[in-house]
Amino acid sequence: MVKAFLRNYPTEARLLAVLVVGCIGLSLASDSFLTLVNLTSLLNNSAVNLIWAVGLLVVLIAGGIDISFAVAASVVQYVAVYVFQALGGGNWALGFVVAGGLGIGLGFINAALIHYFRIITIVVTIATFNAFFGLLMFFSKGRFLYNLPDWWVDRIIIFEHETANGTWAELTLPVAVMAACLLATWALINRTTLGRQLFAFGDNPEGARRLGINIALMQFLAFGWMGMMAGIGGLMQVNIVQEVVPNALIGRELDVLAAVVLGGARLGGGRGSVLGCVLGVMIVAVTQNGLNLLGVSPFAFKMVVGAIILIAISASNLSFVRRPRLPVGGWK
Amino acid sequence: MSQLVAKLRRIWGDDVLGLLAFLLVVIIGFSWATPRFLSAANFNSMAFQLPVLGILTLAMLAPIISGGLNLAIIFTANISGLTLAAILNHYGGVDAPFSAFVLGVGAALAVGAFFGFVMGVVIAYVGAHPILVSLAMMIFLRGLGEFLTRGGDISGFPDYLQPIGHGFVMGVPVPLLVFGAVALGMHVLLSHTRHGFSVYMIGSNIEATRYSGVHTQRTLTLIYTISGLLCAIAGILMLTRFNSVRVGHGEALLLVTVLACFLGGVDPFGGFGRVVPVVLALVILQVLSSGLNLLGANQHLSTAVWGLFLIAVMIMRFAIGRLRAQLARRRN
Repeated sequence: MVKAFLRNYPTEARLLAVLVVGCIGLSLASDSFLTLVNLTSLLNNSAVNLIWAVGLLVVLIAGGIDISFAVAASVVQYVAVYVFQALGGGNWALGFVVAGGLGIGLGFINAALIHYFRIITIVVTIATFNAFFGLLMFFSKGRFLYNLPDWWVDRIIIFEHETANGTWAELTLPVAVMAACLLATWALINRTTLGRQLFAFGDNPEGARRLGINIALMQFLAFGWMGMMAGIGGLMQVNIVQEVVPNALIGRELDVLAAVVLGGARLGGGRGSVLGCVLGVMIVAVTQNGLNLLGVSPFAFKMVVGAIILIAISASNLSFVRRPRLPVGGWK
Repeated sequence: MSQLVAKLRRIWGDDVLGLLAFLLVVIIGFSWATPRFLSAANFNSMAFQLPVLGILTLAMLAPIISGGLNLAIIFTANISGLTLAAILNHYGGVDAPFSAFVLGVGAALAVGAFFGFVMGVVIAYVGAHPILVSLAMMIFLRGLGEFLTRGGDISGFPDYLQPIGHGFVMGVPVPLLVFGAVALGMHVLLSHTRHGFSVYMIGSNIEATRYSGVHTQRTLTLIYTISGLLCAIAGILMLTRFNSVRVGHGEALLLVTVLACFLGGVDPFGGFGRVVPVVLALVILQVLSSGLNLLGANQHLSTAVWGLFLIAVMIMRFAIGRLRAQLARRRN
């Protein structure tokens, strides 16, 4: 079984090894790393990034890229506040429907532009990134919203444990939602025909089209899924920080993108796994957490993370088997 | 008259004439909307704002033509500016001798070229996707800059820098002269040298180019090294214009450079694109930006307008392409 894993998931196996070595190193270097309190807070803090990561994974598998999802999540948050007010408060079930629905709508805007006008995905999402953000900041005037429904901002604890020295280790609702999102994405890409078609489409769009795969459906599925995850992630983010700040999430998209690609998803489509995604996000999270515990200046975090990603991208593209140095036909 | 138009079309191509017409429409529109538009003060401010954006766009141009992208341009410029600032401060800040400036400019150019070179090597010899490599480099450089400056400004430069950022030579602003020289250099490089020819060929089909005996790896490395060098020039200009350096200065320009390239007719898939239409596109964008500013548009609204404008340009190009194909079919 181990052998099969190593053979079928070489990238994931390598990442797992890096993560394990990193964790062992950190637990030796710092007493507070391998504690239940630290590990649960690590999970709580990574939940939103993981939700976004699996959404982005689907887009990457389908051969696209999305820069706009973090800003889309902000738009969803802001609009959702007013929708809940109009609905007289709302509740969690409505919350998921509204946030997911709004997110899917924004994702469909991207998909429609990409599919009907044949515009390259990075250009579309750079454009919608600016359009979403500019319009959000213009109409919201940068105002923070604090007056949120109680159900939205109440902490829901799904697991708690009092440690020996009296501090509580706990997992909150976003972690449970994250687990559900991971499972749903795993099922979509591995256990459905649509999921297999996504891989085929991402690997070779023209070939997929000639096989009779519905290209429009693929684009709308990928960007709709991404949008839904963006919306749900936004919903969870509000649950954690208990406020809506229109420019709070901008910039997160690049960190998530880097982590997902670190996890083995390929720009250009056709490759990627949920496990790799999780490992990529967790390696970045553990690195930041470790630097923090080791007392490194927070200003250096980004630099170290950037360097790690640069090295990892280089390493994962270097193969020890002889092969053409550049991918056939360039990177497209 | 029609002969003249035909001659102009032959020399400049359809794209240049279309852009010129568009520019004329925009200028007429703004001068009708606000009397302050056709004033010397406005032209002056445009002439001083254009060069930084222009040089950054030229730094983006060759990577896009070769089928890639350089997302790290802004932070490469920032880090180069930071290098110059550090050297000036080391030799006395306000009292630094001119030789310190010369040394600093040399160092800044070297730093910009170095980071471009690193990206080029990873892209060319490792075969990693340019978007990823430049994204990782962007995160790294932003982190490095924030680490070095702790997120603050560096200012206090000698007075003799004033003329470079704000002065005139024979009635032409100095930054505009620098931009003109760089644009001419890039034009010659791209359309009259072996290297330029290889850039277009790589953008069209990298494998075929490699098989025809072009050293694609060396060309790619050179593309990104030159891109880094241009960023350094932009960084130096930014320093002299704002009289300060801050990491993140000009972050919003990243989208505008991409926008300028696509408005200027560069193929997002690589292989096609010329300096002259891109420069015209830059002038159009600058006119739009200054005009919106004079009309009192909100800064965030302008961001949204950029995004929507990019989408509109891409849709228009799609429609024109389809129209041309139809006309060609009818003729046959």
